[in-house]
Amino acid sequence: MKDFAALFESLDRTTSTNAKLAALTEYFQRARPEDAAWAVYFLTGRRLKRLVNTRELREWTAEASGLALWLIEESYEHVGDLAETMHLLLPPASTKPEARSLAELIESTIKPLGGLDDADRKNQVQDLWTRFDGSERFLINKLLTGGFRVGVSKRLVTRALATVAGVDSSLVAHRLMGKWTPDGEFFERLIADETDLDFEQSTPYPFFLASPLEAEPDSLGEPDDWQAEWKWDGIRAQLIRRGGQTWIWSRGEERMDGRFPELEAAAEALPDGTVLDGEIMAWRDGCPLPFSLLQTRIGRKKPGKVTLDKAPVALLAYDCLEFEGRDLRQQPLHGRLEAMTRALAEADKPIERSPRIEFKDWSALPEQRDRSRELRVEGLMLKRLSSPYRVGRKRGDWWKWKVEPYTFDGVLLYAQPGHGRRSNLFTDYTFAVHHDGDLVPVAKAYSGLTQKEIDRLDRWIRSNTRERFGPVRSVEPTHVFELAFEGIAPSPRHKSGIAMRFPRIHRWREDLSVADADSLADLKRLLEDPAAA
Amino acid sequence: MSDPLLVPDAGGLYCRAGDFWIDPLRPVPRSVITHAHADHARSGAAEVFTAREGLPVLTHRIGEPDDLIGLDYGQGVDLGETRMTLFPAGHILGSATVRIESEQGTWGVSGDFKRATDPTCAPFQAYPCDVWVSECTFGLPVYRWPSPEEVVAEIMDWWADCRAQERPAVLFCYALGKAQRVLAELARAGVEEAIWLHGAMIPLTECYRNQGIALPPTRPATEAEKGEKFRGQLVLAPPSAAGSPWMRRFPKHSAGFVSGWMRIRGNRRRRGYDRGFVMSDHADWPDLVRTCADMQANKVITIHGNGESLVRHLGDQGLEAESWNLRQTLRPNDAGSDSA
Repeated sequence: MKDFAALFESLDRTTSTNAKLAALTEYFQRARPEDAAWAVYFLTGRRLKRLVNTRELREWTAEASGLALWLIEESYEHVGDLAETMHLLLPPASTKPEARSLAELIESTIKPLGGLDDADRKNQVQDLWTRFDGSERFLINKLLTGGFRVGVSKRLVTRALATVAGVDSSLVAHRLMGKWTPDGEFFERLIADETDLDFEQSTPYPFFLASPLEAEPDSLGEPDDWQAEWKWDGIRAQLIRRGGQTWIWSRGEERMDGRFPELEAAAEALPDGTVLDGEIMAWRDGCPLPFSLLQTRIGRKKPGKVTLDKAPVALLAYDCLEFEGRDLRQQPLHGRLEAMTRALAEADKPIERSPRIEFKDWSALPEQRDRSRELRVEGLMLKRLSSPYRVGRKRGDWWKWKVEPYTFDGVLLYAQPGHGRRSNLFTDYTFAVHHDGDLVPVAKAYSGLTQKEIDRLDRWIRSNTRERFGPVRSVEPTHVFELAFEGIAPSPRHKSGIAMRFPRIHRWREDLSVADADSLADLKRLLEDPAAA
Repeated sequence: MSDPLLVPDAGGLYCRAGDFWIDPLRPVPRSVITHAHADHARSGAAEVFTAREGLPVLTHRIGEPDDLIGLDYGQGVDLGETRMTLFPAGHILGSATVRIESEQGTWGVSGDFKRATDPTCAPFQAYPCDVWVSECTFGLPVYRWPSPEEVVAEIMDWWADCRAQERPAVLFCYALGKAQRVLAELARAGVEEAIWLHGAMIPLTECYRNQGIALPPTRPATEAEKGEKFRGQLVLAPPSAAGSPWMRRFPKHSAGFVSGWMRIRGNRRRRGYDRGFVMSDHADWPDLVRTCADMQANKVITIHGNGESLVRHLGDQGLEAESWNLRQTLRPNDAGSDSA
């Protein structure tokens, strides 16, 4: 545990990517494989199943610290991170720190917690709190509460592992995909040479992600070198057909088996050894349905007939990563698309090919993009025909050129402290619009302000609080913000009767007063616009 | 005691029986200034009382009032129907708490205070009072300070790391109080090598040095030779210098910040400091609670900071307590920047 805590400290104490890379590489070279496997597990964002509920943890912290439970709650509200709050409130460890390693600690004490009765579980946790202190205790609390973000990206961990292994980082990224068990054997495989590759059939390839195009498309060079497609507003997915079986993975590396039975049925017509990249869309008669319908599918592990009828889906395939069992990712896009044509030769709806948008000249594209709302797409994708399928977000070959979002002017009504980096600052805001002489909340937004603006708004909120409801404060309606959003849908769950998609702050409109904010009627008018759904 | 001895006014506290204000932020005829930080000390009063040891720093900050009276700690003066005495607050050089004896009882008023050791100022002194008016900058139990020795050792280790990597070590800290405390602690740890200072710290550091406080040699960073890379050298700068063009002279530096706020990881990460060193000139939670007992007060009033949790906690323990917001007596733009 000591080595892992030392790694955490060196990652936490620098903002330099190179320094972080060096610290990770050194750790992976030195650590025992079973410890390193768990380190990879947590640093790449995986988490243990919740073993202890947070209410118990708060109560045990109150008991161990001799503080009232409400004081634990207020402290948590201030700090914004339960693991850290507990660590800061607990008394210093009473016994000497001990030598158990990360893997031993997880296997022998932390994982078994879930199977213990309440009293034993509490004893075990409180015992850990007296044995460990400093970063070690903070990290143990992190493991207990699940979340684990320490300012390293998965890509950085991958690069460090690639350095240790002496292989290309895209190979390590591939090895990190899908399901795996964090043990010594896995780590050895992770850093092995290229030759003894052994993937499970279900393992997906790492996704290639597009970057937002900030300049005009004509900055990209010759139009002939590029392919344009619609940017679908659905769930990015990889469909794998190998050995007579089908797996569907989300971009978040979650397996979506069973959720889309119509896609699994259609996939049976694909030749073995095919992997498609595309977008799952709610889809009927060759047209997208509102995203809100797709949402009814996302949460359902086994959708019933009613759901399937109401929200049918399609896979709009736009890339082919494997054909006839061969990894095509190093081939140029036009070659992969030819392979896709062959792979889809026998396939039928609802697996479809995402159409390409014909254009001869860059000047033809803005007009196409302007149709996005009407077609219920987010804009255009521009892909270089000669490009390989890369790993992660690499700028240069895949661009997303989205339409301008909708905007409205809302009044700040409530504020709540953020978490993690934004702890004990009021950064989670609720905005309202006018309705019948009152202000009705319509959107929550967390992002879009600069740090300076956040600090200034935070000070203002603190000195202009009207009421407190737990962590939430209501403020005098004073400040108006321009908010952007992607769409709007009717919602019986919200007082306003509407729900917005991805609202975020565009600008602080200090030039506007509360009276200038929009009204609910302005927003509801968009409900009638099919493009906004 | 139907009419309280003190009431919030002018951003500070007003004592009618003595006709004076404590730490007012707006001009008033007569004030008692607990210490020279900008959120306590403002110019504009004709008659000003302050602790004698704080005079040089205070006049550097607010100039010379018409009538400036420096009092020794423990030396009482009669003001109106009250007797006012200053006691060491342990916050910065020349900081004081104010004891007011009157027919409405004895009140103790902290500007800011701490109980941890500090080689640059006299230690906090407790005295019995009926009402204790306590600052509450760090009014939650997550704020618990490590010992200054531990923190100084951490700073020394960090500096040694920077030296090994040949990087400048830029340590941010408030220009008045914290910077000099850090310097004095480094002197105690045996540092004899010169430390570079940001310009804002120089006159204040001279005030401390002139009052006989042992500090290591210091040099203005602006007077470094052209091309100086400050490799492995320690530089002190106020937080306002972070991100300014002034910082360009320290390529590849590691940035640390010395403040009680650094107890919370998010506070450090958000501001992009590599290292946070938890050393504060304010009382931590255990000391806020302990001081209420040491003052033997029947009632506690919190000022400065969010006192609601401390008030409720004291209430749970059977002590009468309430929280006052001094800022509410000001127009929105009167308030100054806080230091911690």
